[in-house]
Amino acid sequence: MRLSTRLFILTALVSAALARPMAFAPLEVVATTEDLAALTREIGGDKVKVTGLAKGYQDPHNVDPKPSFIIAVSRADILIAVGRELEIGWLPPLITQSRNAKIQPGSKGYLDASLTVKILEIPTGQITRAMGDVHPSGNPHYWLDPGNGRLIAQAIQQKLTELDAADKAYFAQRYADFDKRLAAGEKRWDAMMAPYKGTKVVTYHRSWPNFMERFGLDVMGYVEPKPGIPPSPSHTIELIAAMKAQGVKLVVMESYFDAKTPEKIALEAGGKVVTLAPSVGGEKAATDYIQLFEFNVTTMAAALKQATGK
Amino acid sequence: MAPIRIGISAVVAVYVTLCAAGSASAQAQPPSSPPVQTPVPTPTPTPTPTPTPTPAPPDPVTPQGTPAPAGASKVFNPDISVNGNFIAAAGRNPFATLAPFQLSEVEAAFQAVVDPYAKADFFLSVSKDGIEVEEGFITFTSLPGKFQAKVGKLRANFGKMNTQHTHALPSVDRPLVTENLVGGDEGISDAGFSVSRIFDIPYLFVELTGEMFTGDSAVFQSDHRAQLSYVARARAYRDLTESSNIDIGTSAAFGTANVDVPQPLLSSSGSPTIQATGLDKRLLGVDATFRYRPLRRAIYRRLNIRSEFVWSRQAMLDAPAQEAFGAYVSGEYQFARRWYAGGRLDHSGRVTDGTAIDNGGSAFLTFWPTEFSQVRGQYRHIRFAGGERADEFLVQFNFSIGAHGAHVF
Repeated sequence: MRLSTRLFILTALVSAALARPMAFAPLEVVATTEDLAALTREIGGDKVKVTGLAKGYQDPHNVDPKPSFIIAVSRADILIAVGRELEIGWLPPLITQSRNAKIQPGSKGYLDASLTVKILEIPTGQITRAMGDVHPSGNPHYWLDPGNGRLIAQAIQQKLTELDAADKAYFAQRYADFDKRLAAGEKRWDAMMAPYKGTKVVTYHRSWPNFMERFGLDVMGYVEPKPGIPPSPSHTIELIAAMKAQGVKLVVMESYFDAKTPEKIALEAGGKVVTLAPSVGGEKAATDYIQLFEFNVTTMAAALKQATGK
Repeated sequence: MAPIRIGISAVVAVYVTLCAAGSASAQAQPPSSPPVQTPVPTPTPTPTPTPTPTPAPPDPVTPQGTPAPAGASKVFNPDISVNGNFIAAAGRNPFATLAPFQLSEVEAAFQAVVDPYAKADFFLSVSKDGIEVEEGFITFTSLPGKFQAKVGKLRANFGKMNTQHTHALPSVDRPLVTENLVGGDEGISDAGFSVSRIFDIPYLFVELTGEMFTGDSAVFQSDHRAQLSYVARARAYRDLTESSNIDIGTSAAFGTANVDVPQPLLSSSGSPTIQATGLDKRLLGVDATFRYRPLRRAIYRRLNIRSEFVWSRQAMLDAPAQEAFGAYVSGEYQFARRWYAGGRLDHSGRVTDGTAIDNGGSAFLTFWPTEFSQVRGQYRHIRFAGGERADEFLVQFNFSIGAHGAHVF
């Protein structure tokens, strides 16, 4: 065999060996939060490699745009963002510095998960910074309603199918399975929360409007006097008085806030603090999107039972 | 000194590269449709009995919760923000440049996406000296091969301090080494272009940057097209844990500068100095930053420790070149949600006299009511080379209106 023929065969073999993993390489997906990452894993299964940026136990408003995140975004085929300005302080520099044309806003690989879900607290009329750190296009904590989780999963299924049409049936089957498990979970969670419909609670930050609305609870006040503004003594005194007057016994908070003031408020009002997981991974038991609600609803129902005696 | 002759060919080479890259990018990534909020078609859910109805699919025209689009002219307006930096100074400084009260700078920022391939940033600085384009550049975000290019007037990627705008500093002032050797507030801010690339090495972020400038800044000056100034930087970053990381960089810059040369008494010009132009100047810098921010307590605790070393070599007229060295080490610790405390030690020679050493130290305390305003107090002590001392107390009010900018990292 001539040398040129040998080289040709060798080159072909090497090319085939290199091409094979490329053909079956999973889509690289970067999600800005663990909730979106968890939903992507539900739909994408082993056809995707998912990286979540903000951990579930950190405040998603305050994330450092670290260079290690730039690397992750630079590799991504799809970038999924919460949107509604949740990541305004850290995602834009990551996108710019990633040098990745595929995931620039407006490109095929960019998905704003908020576009098809139910958004609450969209400000009307004039808004100013005097209102605190308001989100002009609505409350971004929308994933805390399982109904919105379903809509996000649908959007992810659509996006994965758009970029990997060959696995359309696989993604559809994964979605159907997720939808079935989520529906079964909703049945359980609604039954657990049904006795407490209309119960008033206080939350630390405006993280829970979708969760509370979904399960029929009424948020009567906030530990923060305005979004993003730490509690002040005068507001705390007013809140305690209002809780006492209205018989409110529960203060709901995220673990990344300091518990000192909420505990003081709850003590004064004769109630207790409930720490819920704001995101997947926010507490050890919240290992995926369904377990996030399993943990939160179980914890909330137990606290409501103790507070209301129902 | 031999003028730098490679300027024109380098400019042409980079222009050709950019054009080719832009063309390749355009082919690889056809312009997508405008980023309108298109509702995702809702797949039919599995018919599973549910206690509550599955939320209705979003409206096919206006997605649920999505605000109605504003007029096109507003949609395409850039993000606009304005920052004011007010400084009050008290105490003694024989070389005082700060008035008792001054609105030292007003900075207006305009930032927007240009098209599918680029974004643009403009920073206009207004001070008592007038209005100036502090930066104004286009960033090509979609170049192939993990390259990125910036063209316009920009702050050079030399060390850590030079790229930071005054209002984003962790202290009221800049370190002595920055003031003495790297141009102070103005720094190396010049018209030119920058090309950088990131390298995807396991467990390590590496970024290499090369820049070319016309030579019209506080550090480099040039009267000839062929005498450009150049900056190169290598940066390596690694996460040590999920809460801590280390960032190390080295920078080099060279070009030409004008130097005021003292004249002998009774010189024929009658002026105490003459300006020598086109003298070679070189800078070399090394910087390291350690950051610690526990994720579970990220809004309450943070520690940054940083140090920079800069060597300067300035050619002189009819005299040996002057070599100077300067460095600082600084730290900031966030001890409560809205409070930071910090300190800095300074040491620096002077560009045209490396043996004249200024030393100093500062302590500062920052109250941060929100991301949009901060109040800072700083005590600054400097022992100048000639034996003079400065003991000052500075107070800074920094406030912003308009669009929410990204956090500095």
